[in-house]
Amino acid sequence: MSTRYVIVGQGVAGIAAAEAIRAADAGGHITLLSDDPHGYYSRPGLAYYLTGEISRAHLFPWREAEFTHLRLQRVQGQASVLDPAGHRLLLSNGATLPYDRLLLATGSAALRPTLPGIDLPQVVTLDNLADAERILGLARKAHSAVVVGGGITALEIVEGLREHCRRVHYLLRGERYWGNVLDEAEGRIVLDRLAADGVQVHTHSELAAIEAKRGRVASILTASGKRVPCDLVAMAIGVAPRAELARAAGLQVDRGVLVDEFLRSSAPDIYAAGDVAQVYDVRAGKALLDTLWTAARSHGDAAGQNMAGGSLRYVKPTPLNVTRLAGITTTIIGSVGFGRDADLVGIARGDSELWRQLGQALVAEDEHEVNRLRLLVGPTTLIGAVLMGDQRLSRPLQRLISEQTDITSIRAQLLAPNAPLAALLTRLTEGFR
Amino acid sequence: MTLRDLLQRDRARRTTLVTGQVTPEAGRCVQCGICTYYCPINIDVRRHAWLGEPVQESHCLTCGECVARCPRGVLHFERIELFQP
Ligand SMILES: Cc1cc2nc3c(=O)[nH]c(=O)nc-3n(C[C@H](O)[C@H](O)[C@H](O)COP(=O)(O)OP(=O)(O)OC[C@H]3O[C@@H](n4cnc5c(N)ncnc54)[C@H](O)[C@@H]3O)c2cc1C
Repeated sequence: MSTRYVIVGQGVAGIAAAEAIRAADAGGHITLLSDDPHGYYSRPGLAYYLTGEISRAHLFPWREAEFTHLRLQRVQGQASVLDPAGHRLLLSNGATLPYDRLLLATGSAALRPTLPGIDLPQVVTLDNLADAERILGLARKAHSAVVVGGGITALEIVEGLREHCRRVHYLLRGERYWGNVLDEAEGRIVLDRLAADGVQVHTHSELAAIEAKRGRVASILTASGKRVPCDLVAMAIGVAPRAELARAAGLQVDRGVLVDEFLRSSAPDIYAAGDVAQVYDVRAGKALLDTLWTAARSHGDAAGQNMAGGSLRYVKPTPLNVTRLAGITTTIIGSVGFGRDADLVGIARGDSELWRQLGQALVAEDEHEVNRLRLLVGPTTLIGAVLMGDQRLSRPLQRLISEQTDITSIRAQLLAPNAPLAALLTRLTEGFR
Repeated sequence: MTLRDLLQRDRARRTTLVTGQVTPEAGRCVQCGICTYYCPINIDVRRHAWLGEPVQESHCLTCGECVARCPRGVLHFERIELFQP
């Protein structure tokens, strides 16, 4: 009898797992379940859909032919109960899916604070395509929008709204933007750029209530009593793994579903991958969360291979994101900050817990207008880097940091005052492509 | 742009055309689709990025639109030896 694989989640982790399973098991029966009616699409692409840089149709990477080729049975529905002992999954429509191996690839979901007015229909978060469409629909009619939160998603929403609304307000609790990943100067560059683009940045402004008139959002009130009129409020205060199924089934769950080096959960034949999985990180010496597309893909791929009988030990690559912050292309890699950020509860999207695990390191910096490079220099290797603007060093830095290249030969020069960082790194990486 | 600039650009493009191909680095790609969206001749560049395979389609113009538009530096031109033994 062929093996029955059930994959809960049709995001990139689920898709990568399905590909890996099919490559190893031509005869297995693969079911891909999703509670998102739009199926598989690029979540990072939603940011460019909001700004109008790509069309809706271009969010979908796969054509029908690719699904058919892999012989995947796609089911739309919500998993409501996982029964590890009975090896079956119950759906909210009453259906039952028996499995031999199951993958939890349920992703993560935006958090909402408890505040007066939070349930008003014009208060939005950005998790999926339906949210993006809701935001676009509201933004086209709105005069003024308020964005609250931090990390990449807050800025992506700000940028998207900027294309459609006359006034966009961005509220920060403290003085700094993303203070546990970016340093003060980087945060300042971002906020200055937003202000130059016409965004009203309000620092030291904690959201206290959302006020309505005739059932619609009319304004927000800050803790210090400032009132900002608006028709739309977007919240991006962080995400949490969608681990409820696993938790209720008695699996070991910390912030996410805990997995071993084979991506196996604590229950037999159940694996986890992607945003929902909390995976051991050798650099930090503990299990951490990532909300990164490429991390989710690589988890899914490894989990899929192991579900189909492989025994691949997964080693987490150094978390990397190349993203746009207020229009400035920025690479974040390795450990670059520490502590908490007042605007985020936990982790944001396109984010990694490792980025905030910086221990002892010296800092080397180089800055020309919006081009800025910050290196976190360890005893013999680079621990992390933030590169804003010119991205020529992005790829070499990724290799230097992920391969833990010995930098002893240039370390003292890197740390000298006004060191020409780019030239020094280029010399070291000349052999790289 | 002066005529000389134009000619130089054209020469650079011809050189790329005969010796370069667009090569992706799958480990950076988030499948956002911008490359495919902007390809003037509708090559599904994103699919190549997913598979980590160079765009070898003979009708690729090597115009560089996808390389320049990719917000994450996934794509670059790689030299190819045309006359391999
Ligand atoms: C706006 C935005 C911008 C982003 N930007 C970046 C970026 O710049 N760089 C980057 O690396 N990453 C970025 N990300 C994050 C990246 O998209 C995620 O890390 C990635 O999608 C995670 O993949 P996944 O497969 O784990 O989960 P998801 O893609 O979230 O998929 C989860 C799937 O599980 C399904 N599901 C969940 N629960 C159930 C259930 N009970 N029953 C049935 N189905 C269920 C959902 O329907 C969905 O199909 C961004 C995300 C968003 C939303």
